[in-house]
Amino acid sequence: MTKSVPAFPEVETKGGIWRFPADQPLRLDSGAEFAPLEMAYQTYGVLNESRSNAILVCHALTGDQHMASTHPVTGKPGWWNRVVGPGLPLDPDRYFIICANVLGGCMGSSGPASINPQTGEVYGLSFPMITIGDMARAQAMLIGALGIDTLFAVIGASMGGMQVLQWAADFPERIFSAVCIGAAPRHSAQNIAFHEVGRQAIMADPDWRGGAYVQAGVRPEKGLAVARMAAHITYLSETALQRKFGRELQSDGLSWGFNADFQVESYLRHQGASFVDRFDANSYLYITRALDYFDLASEHEGVLAKAFQLARDVRFCVLSFSSDWLYATSESRDIVRALNAAGCRASFAEIQTDKGHDAIFLEEPALDSALRGFMASAAERRGLK
Amino acid sequence: MSLVREDFREIIRLVAPGSRVLDVGCGEGELLEMLTREKQIDGQGLEISSAGVSACLARGLAVVQGDGDRDLDQFPSDAFDYAILSKTLQQMRDPRHVLSELLRIADQAVVSVPNFGHWRVRWALLARGRMPETKALPDPWWATANIHLCTLHDFIALCDDLDVRIEACAALSEGQPARPINPKHPVENWRAETALFLLSRKTSIRV
Repeated sequence: MTKSVPAFPEVETKGGIWRFPADQPLRLDSGAEFAPLEMAYQTYGVLNESRSNAILVCHALTGDQHMASTHPVTGKPGWWNRVVGPGLPLDPDRYFIICANVLGGCMGSSGPASINPQTGEVYGLSFPMITIGDMARAQAMLIGALGIDTLFAVIGASMGGMQVLQWAADFPERIFSAVCIGAAPRHSAQNIAFHEVGRQAIMADPDWRGGAYVQAGVRPEKGLAVARMAAHITYLSETALQRKFGRELQSDGLSWGFNADFQVESYLRHQGASFVDRFDANSYLYITRALDYFDLASEHEGVLAKAFQLARDVRFCVLSFSSDWLYATSESRDIVRALNAAGCRASFAEIQTDKGHDAIFLEEPALDSALRGFMASAAERRGLK
Repeated sequence: MSLVREDFREIIRLVAPGSRVLDVGCGEGELLEMLTREKQIDGQGLEISSAGVSACLARGLAVVQGDGDRDLDQFPSDAFDYAILSKTLQQMRDPRHVLSELLRIADQAVVSVPNFGHWRVRWALLARGRMPETKALPDPWWATANIHLCTLHDFIALCDDLDVRIEACAALSEGQPARPINPKHPVENWRAETALFLLSRKTSIRV
C-alpha cells in the first residue's frame, strides 16, 4: 500500500466557538442588535508575548475557517493551504493566524442555520439582515476577545478582501497592514445580477419552504446547486473554461437528450452537488445580500478616499488578477486610487493569469511571491522575528 | 568599477536622508532599494510592467502598478519630498503634464533626460543624415521608446514655461562620474550626453 503524500503538510490548528454573553450584543448596520453572538474560528501558530504577530484572514463567500486544515464536513484540505504553512507566505512558525467563520455563515458562527436560544428554533429568515461592516465588527469582537489589540495584518480575498477594506475604514488603529486580493470597493450591477439569479434559484426551489426548510425536514438542494453553478461560472475566465473543457464530451457521441453531454456541464453539476453538502441555502441568501449591499464609498459621502482617511499608518497591498471579470482589475485600481488619494501607503499589482477569479485558490506563483515579499517587509517594519 | 548606474549614484547623492520618495518608472526597484538602504527613505514606486512590480514586491518595496502618463493624478499634492523620473520623460505621451504633476505631488523632482543637442547626435544627422544611435540613445528609430526627445535648451525652456526652478544639474556619461554643470551654458548643450536635473517649484507668490 502506498501512502499518498499531501502536497502541503497538515498545519497544526486550534480553534473553537467563542460565545459572547447576551449582554455583549453585536451592533448591526441595520440599527438592530444581535445577541448572543457566536464566532467559530481556527488558529494556526502561536501568539507571541507582545501579541504583535496576529494575522486575521477573512474568507470568501462560500469559504470558512478551515483555511489550512482538513474540512470537517468534506474531508478536503484547507482552502488556502498552499499559502498557510511552514515556509509559506503565511508561516505559522512566525505568525499567529486566525480565520473565523463569517457572521451569517454555516460553519459554527451565528447565522440563519444557528439555533435561536430564545425560541429553541433555527433562526431561518428571522436572522437579521447583515452587512460586510457587520462581519468586520463581529471579527473585531472576536479579535478583542482573543486578547489582541492590534492585528499585524488583516488579509482577505474576494468577499474577504471587502472585509479587509471595511477593517481599514472602521478599525484602522487596530491593523498594521492590510492585504486585499481580487476584491472590489462596491458590488456592481452585474455582481448583484448574478447573485439575484442564485437567490431566485434557491427561493424557487419548493423545498426552500419560505426559508423554513429546516423545520420541515427538507433542504432546497436543487436551488442551492443551481445558485452555485451560476456563481461558479463567474469565478472562471472564458479562457480557463475553454482550456479545461472546450467542447469535450462526457462519453462518445451526443445523447440527443438533456443529460450532461458536455464535460463543462458535468463539472458544473458536480460543483453544485458537492456544494449543497457543506453549505446552508439561507446562509447563501444572507451573505450574497450583504455583498450586494456593500458600497464602501456610500458610507463616506460617496468618496472612497474618505473611507481610508484614518488609515494612513496602515501598509496596504492590493492584488488583482488580469482575467478576473467578477472583481476586475479596474475595481482594484479604484481602491488603490482612493488609498493614494487618502495618503495611504499602498502597493498594487495585477497578477497576470488566465485563471480568472479562482486564481486566488490556485497555483499562482506570482501571487505567492507578491504576498511573501509584502509580508516579509511588513514583518520587518513591525519588528517581528 | 562601479556597477551602479551613474544616474543612480547622483540621485542618491541628491536625496536627503529620511525623505519620502516616489520613483516613477521604478523598474525592479534597484534605485528605491539603494535609497532605502543608504538614505533610509520612505519609498514608493510606480511601475507599468508586471515583472517589475513583482520584483519590487518581492524586495519588500511599496509599489503601485501603473502608468506614469495616466496614474500620477491619483496622488495627492505634496505627498512626497522627491519625485524621481529617471530617463523616461522622453518616453511619456505628455511630458509637460508629467513634469507639472511631479512637482504637484512632490516638493522637488529629480528628472534625467538624454540631450538631443549632444554633438554626436548632431553629427549623425549632419554628416550621415541618419537618426542618431549613441550611448544615450542606443536604439534604432524604429525600435526606440523615445517619442519626445529634446535638447538641454528645450528642457530649460519647458521648465521656464512651467515656472519650475532648476536647483542643480549634472551631466551624465556612461562609465563616468556625474559632472555638475550650468545647463544654460551653450557648450553644455553640445557636450552633455544626458542631464540630470533637480527641480523645484518657484514658490514666489505673485500679488
